[in-house]
Order: sequence, then structure tokens, then C-alpha cells
Amino acid sequence: MSYIIDRRLNAKKKSTVNRQRFLRRYKQHIKRAVEDAIHDRSISDIERGGEVTIPRRDISEPVFHHGQGGRQTRVYPGNKEFVTGDEFQRPEGGGGGGGGQGKASNHGEGEDNFTFTISQDEFLDFMFEDLELPYLVRKQLKDATSFETRRAGFTTSGSPEKLHIVRSLRAAHARRIALGGEDRKEIRALRKELWALEALPASEVPREQLQALRDQIAELDKKARRLPFIDDFDLRYNNLVRVPVPSSKAVMFCVMDVSGSMTQSIKDIAKRFFILLYLFLERNYKQIELVFVRHHTHAKEVDEQEFFYSRETGGTIVSSALQMTADIIDARYSPADWNIYIAQASDGDNWDGDSAACSEILGKRILNKVQYYAYVEITTGPHQNLWYEYEGLQEKFPDSFAMQHITDAGEIYPVFRKLFEKRTEGAA
Amino acid sequence: MSTVKERTPISTGSEWSFDLIEAYDREIGRVAKNFGLDTYPNQIEIITSEQMMDAYASIGMPLNYSHWSFGKQFVETDQNYKRGRMGLAYEIVINSNPCIAYLMEENTITMQALVIAHACYGHNSFFKGNYLFRTWTDASAIIDYLLFAKNYISECEERYGVDEVEQLLDSCHALMNYGVNRYKRPRPLTAAEEKERQMAREEYIQRHLNDLWNTIPRKEITAEQAEIRYPKEPEENLLYFIEKNAPLLEPWQREILRIVRKISQYFYPQKQTQVMNEGWATFWHYTLLHQLYDEGLVTDGFMMEFLHSHSSVVYQPPFDSPYFNGINPYTLGYSMMTDIRRICENPTDEDREWFPDIAGSDWITTLDNAMRNYKDESFILQFLSPKLMRELRLFAILDDAERPTLRVDAIHDESGYRRLREELSAQYNLGNREPNIQVYNVNVRGDRSLTLRHYMHNRQPLGESTQEVLKHVHRLWGFDVRLESVTPDNEVVKSYQCPPREALELT
Repeated sequence: MSYIIDRRLNAKKKSTVNRQRFLRRYKQHIKRAVEDAIHDRSISDIERGGEVTIPRRDISEPVFHHGQGGRQTRVYPGNKEFVTGDEFQRPEGGGGGGGGQGKASNHGEGEDNFTFTISQDEFLDFMFEDLELPYLVRKQLKDATSFETRRAGFTTSGSPEKLHIVRSLRAAHARRIALGGEDRKEIRALRKELWALEALPASEVPREQLQALRDQIAELDKKARRLPFIDDFDLRYNNLVRVPVPSSKAVMFCVMDVSGSMTQSIKDIAKRFFILLYLFLERNYKQIELVFVRHHTHAKEVDEQEFFYSRETGGTIVSSALQMTADIIDARYSPADWNIYIAQASDGDNWDGDSAACSEILGKRILNKVQYYAYVEITTGPHQNLWYEYEGLQEKFPDSFAMQHITDAGEIYPVFRKLFEKRTEGAA
Repeated sequence: MSTVKERTPISTGSEWSFDLIEAYDREIGRVAKNFGLDTYPNQIEIITSEQMMDAYASIGMPLNYSHWSFGKQFVETDQNYKRGRMGLAYEIVINSNPCIAYLMEENTITMQALVIAHACYGHNSFFKGNYLFRTWTDASAIIDYLLFAKNYISECEERYGVDEVEQLLDSCHALMNYGVNRYKRPRPLTAAEEKERQMAREEYIQRHLNDLWNTIPRKEITAEQAEIRYPKEPEENLLYFIEKNAPLLEPWQREILRIVRKISQYFYPQKQTQVMNEGWATFWHYTLLHQLYDEGLVTDGFMMEFLHSHSSVVYQPPFDSPYFNGINPYTLGYSMMTDIRRICENPTDEDREWFPDIAGSDWITTLDNAMRNYKDESFILQFLSPKLMRELRLFAILDDAERPTLRVDAIHDESGYRRLREELSAQYNLGNREPNIQVYNVNVRGDRSLTLRHYMHNRQPLGESTQEVLKHVHRLWGFDVRLESVTPDNEVVKSYQCPPREALELT
């Protein structure tokens, strides 16, 4: 006798827990692999999953086993020309005929590596682990302006359209049971008595007693029936409450210098930085808007495609971009509703008289409205006046302004981590 | 040639359906019964390849506790399978009552029939009949026990933290092969009893320990008494000894040790009967499906496909082939089973000389007896015939570290048969394959250090991971651990220590 069962629809990912345990245990290795991938890969496909390689000796599970040496006899199949008593040299490094090699292969002396793939989500998790958006918490609680209705149990009063029928009938039923219980018990007892009498032979039935019982039952029945089927206080209503929802909208400004001094490689680094930031914000906010502002001597708001891929040339006036950013914030993104992040990338080159203006606009019109302003300077040369100007700003606004210096593509990720690493102080 | 019979095959295409599987199962079951195969009821489960990988990862069991090593296994299988580096097994069968067999949905109906014959009647009857399985495993309770284990361990994880439990399991797994009672017979328990006892044990166990570590002053100890070792006799079941005697373990930790030990014990017979088990199942799928063919129930095409996979299963690459990976247990087992049948049915003079008691006897009874009462080691020693050794062209190589060269010790000739058979049998002796390590002494009066002894076999030393394993022993025991390799004349050749002082080389 056999049972045949179709299990194909059963839960599939039975091994997920074990897999997670495995990833958890080898976190360090995976993190390293992720960092390497970020360095090596072009940023546009960083979102793919990744391959992780772990040296096999790091994940081996040791057991007691025999080592080489001693005296072993092994039996092999497929003899071709050997006769008893033949002697020959030990084969180098194993091979089929080597004594004891059959054993050794079980324990994997070979230093091959253990390679596996992690998914895109896991990849990003590892990439952004330990990072956080500065002051995300504060903004969410302070600027709660929108509300959401949520269910919150049931009440006994309310408007008719919120009536909960099942609950109401359940309450009515319970009430009827509670109030009618005694009477029904009595009816049951009387009925039993009645049946006993009715079962007697017709000659012996005491008619008066029978009638009396029937009357009594009818009386009680009537009483029980007087219980209303549904009553006012049985009614139950859905209770809905209004809950304030923190704003989870964010806008990210990408500000980039596209003047002649920005070479292709510098722009490339800047792009990578912006994409990294975008991926990161995407994981923190449900809704995120992007504003791309690029500038040489004039600033211009552009779309993503143009921002990253078109070429421009000319001189540099940074304040034009900042001016424009401030205008856009005033016009479209009120700080009460939006979490505002600005990332600016430049090679540090600026028209001499302009840097003071930059710091003026930033200090007066921008920094008091944004969550975070990150400035990266991508250059191999010495710092110029913009950097020194900004250093002054950083002292004044240590919470919302940060600046870092990148010299080559390998530093993007470390700098990004530095800008967004978890801080405990200030985030209250 | 053969008498033309009316052929009414069960199926002609290659697609399977539930009705067809049922029909095949009914027919194979009927034929198997005629051959006298006694089986547990079957539970045939159709699964996807993904579920097959899940099953791989939890050592073939339908459920198991969570541990990273199973995740590693899964990741590896998954990777290899997706890249086409390996195929999955056609089936997994579990020694339980009812006997659970997994069939993969990707298989053709021929493969499904093959798997039903192989697993549901071959392995199943072996599980039910073989003395090792009867003695050591309780087919009716294993699933319940695994469920208990899984819940208990996840409860511990909640209470004491995932890391804590994981470390403990790591250590237990390192000693898993030494969690087996080779001689004592375990008592079967139901899951409910198990749960009750676990509660009771938690309470009593610490008290029991106090006996050993009692600090109440004793009478004067004479020098002679101090010499007495604890345990009096060496203990082979390391996990058992640690569970019962490690001074610092918490009750829940002892329970987990016990779980790992029980599971190890459950798998112990499978390790000892690999050749026989696979040989038996392969022999029977071959015999049963041929019987169906003779009755006209399957088509020629079916047989061609079946024989193709059958012959790839029993292929033995020669020792110098790049595919050589030891002796194929399917080949050896299947050939021996077939050979026994031949000896019974058509014995030669040689067979009469070598196997006077079975030559010419009833093959079904003889095979049944072999299946019931042997394990790989004794099976080979008893039944490997000279004819088969010639066919497989077996030869033995002696590798003595003290000699500069390898030596061919015996080949398939008159003077070599017995030698060859003994050597091959010894190769399947678990006692030779795994180092023999036992608990030798605990320094009860002193620093509570634990001394293990490795009784060397043929002067073979321990492998390079020994020190790592000792760390695990140390974690479980909680005090110093020593491991000594001793020769048969009781001479300590090498000793290991954890925590390491200095590696003592005492040659």
C-alpha cells in the first residue's frame, strides 16, 4: 500500500533560514567581497547581485581523521598489468594509484575556493550596512503633517456606515444565551418530564399533569421569545483613528560642475558618487525625488540623462548653481514637507571672486533648510579657495554640512561611508 | 525466440502522471511481494528540484534544525546545480515508517518507475530487514524526534541567543562521528516520552554530576585509590561522555549534545551498509523491472531508457581513469548481489569449493539472509567470489610510510583471492576508517582535565585538523583537554593539548 503525495506546492524556500545563518556567519568575508566589487565594477551594474568567494579552509568543519603515513592497504579496481610483488614509486601529488589518496580526497587538501552568489538585495544590504541618513529620525517625528486613518478595534457607538455586522450579531447571540439560559434549562427539564409521561401507556397518563406541564412550557417559551433578537447595546462599530504619519518624502539635489576643468574621469567619479547616494536614499525613503542641477558659468536644471551623459564646457561659477538650488527649494520643496539632501561634486575650481558668495548663499538660504549637505571635491591637485571657504562653513554647521576629498575612484566608497556613517550624537 | 505474448504496456510515452505512478507502484509492489520483499508502507512524494536541494541541505531529512553548515551545503548545491556542474540524485529515501521517498518532477515516467522500484521496494525492504537498522534506528519515531529537536533548538536560540547555540552545535558536529554507541543498544523512545524525559533530565542531571565533583571532604586517599581512572573503562562515545560528565554545561546544552548524538546514531547504520544497501536496491530495481518486462507491462523503449541509466549507475571507472573516485558502492554491491544469485542458480566447481553452503541453494532465501544479517564489512568477507574479483580486476596496494616504494600486495589470482577479500573488507570497517579515539581519563581530583586516547591503527597518525577539533572538545568540556596517540604497546607517540602549551613530540 502506498500513498502518493504531491509536495510541489509546499513551501519552497525551506533552506532560507540556513542560508541566512551562513551569510551571517561569513559577514566579514562577504563585506570584503562587496567592497571589492564596488571598486572593480562600473557603478551602473552595481545593483546586480554579486559573487562572493571564501577560502575553503575558512569554512571547513574539522573532524578527526587519519593523516598521511603509517601503513595502509587499499584495494583498487581495473588492474591492467600489475602482478603481486611489483614495486613502484609513489606518484607525485596523488593520482589514481597513490596509496591513501582515496582518503585524502574526502578532506579536500586542495585550496580551491568556495564561491557563491548573493542576490541584489543582499548585496545592497551589505553595501549600506552601518550607514544611516543623518537626522532622519528627527525629521520624521517633528514634521508630522499628514494623517492616516487606521483601524483600532471596535466601539459601541458610531455612525451606521461603520456598523460591524458580524460583531454585532455575535454580541446579540451572547446576550441571548446569557439572558435565556435559565429558562431554557427549565424548559429542557420540563420537556424530559413530559416525554417520560407521554411514553407511559395511554391508560395511565395523568392528563391534568400533562396539561400543566404543557402550559408551563408554553409560558416559558413565550418568555424566552420576548428576548429581543438584537438590541441597541449589541451594536458594534468599527473604530477608526487618525494617526499622524511622519513625512517620508525626500528630495535629493545633485549638483555637479561640468565646466572645462572637469575631465571625463572626474565626472565619472562624481557620477558614481551620485548613484551610490541615490541607491542609498532609495532604501531609506518610500518616495524620493531627484533634482539635477549642473553648472559652468550658468546653472541649469536638467534631467537624469542629460546630467550624466551630456558634455559641456566653459568657466566655473559655483554660486550660480547654489542660487538655483535655493530658488528651487523655495519654489517647490518646503522644508516642512520634504527631507532635503544635497550632494555637490566639483573639482574645487571656482572663479576667484565667487567663493565668498557661495558660502553666503549656503549659510543664509540653504543649510538651515536641509537635512544634510555633502560636498565632495575630486581632485589630485592642491585645494583651492572653494575648499577653504567651505571649511569655514563646516565649523559653523557641523551637523548638516560635511565635506570630503576624493582623489581616485577607489576612494568613492570609503568616502561615501565616512559621510554617512552612523553617529550617535546629534540624532536625538 | 521468446514466446510471443500479448503486450499491454502500462504506458507508452515518457510523461508521468499521478495515475501512471500509481499504476506502476501497484505493479512493482505486486511483483516485489511475489519475490518476498517485506517493506514498510510507502509514502511517495513528488517534489521539485528546488525542494530536492532543500532536502540535500538538511541531510536528506524532511525537517531538521537550523545551522549554518546546512546553509553552506545548500548554497554549494544550488551553485553547482544552476551552473550545470552536477545533476541531482533521482531520489532520496528516508528510513522511516511509512518510508518516505522523494521523486523529482523533472523525471520521465521510466525514471519514476526505476526510482519506485529502487527506493520504495529496494531500500525500503533493506531498512526494514537489515539487523543494524532494526537494532539502531526506530523508523516510526525519527520524524517526531526531528520535530522535537528542531523545536527544542529554536527555543534555545530564543532563550540563549543564536550565536551561543551555533557555537555549541559547531562543536557537537565536530565530534558527531564520536557520538555513537557501537555496542550498546539504545532504547527506542517516542517523541512524547522524549519530551517528558528531557524535563526530568534537566533537573536530575546536575545532581548526578555533583557526585563526581563533590567537594565534601573525603576520607584520606591512598596512593592506590588516586591511581584509579575515571571512567574505569575507556568510553568510545565522546559526546555521551561529555553530555553526562562535563562539569560546566547547562542542562539545555546537554540536551543539544544529546540531540546531535541521537541523530548521529540514527545515521550510523547507513554508513556501515552503503555497499549492501545500494547493491540491494540496485539489484532489485533491475530484477523487478525485468519481471515487468517479461510480463509485457513495459515497452522496449522503456527498457532501453532504464538500462541506459542503470548501466551508468553501476559503471566503475578503473583506478587510472580521471573519473576514478574510489570503488563505486553501486557497482560492488550490485555485482555481488547478482553474483550470489548466479552462485545459487548456476554454480561452477570453483563456487562449490568456495561457497559450499550456498552453491545451488534457493537464491531468494540466500539473498534475504545476506541482506538481513550482514554489514558491508562482513558481507564482503563472506560473499565476494573469486569470479567477481577477476571481473572487477581488483588489486591491493600496500603503502607503508617506512618503505620508499608502493607494493602490489595481492591481485586477482589464486594466491591473492583471500588476501584481497580481507583487505577490501577491512576497507569498509568503520573502525579502521575513522581514527579510534576514546575517553581515557579525567583528572577528577586535580585540574579536571580530560585525556583522550587515540589508539593507532597500522601506525596511522591523525590528520592536520586535529588541533581544531580539540578546540571544540575544549569548548564542550570547559577544562584542559589532552589527546594522546598510543601504539598498541601503550607507548605514547604524540600528544596534543588544548589550550596548547607546547606541542610535545615524544618519539
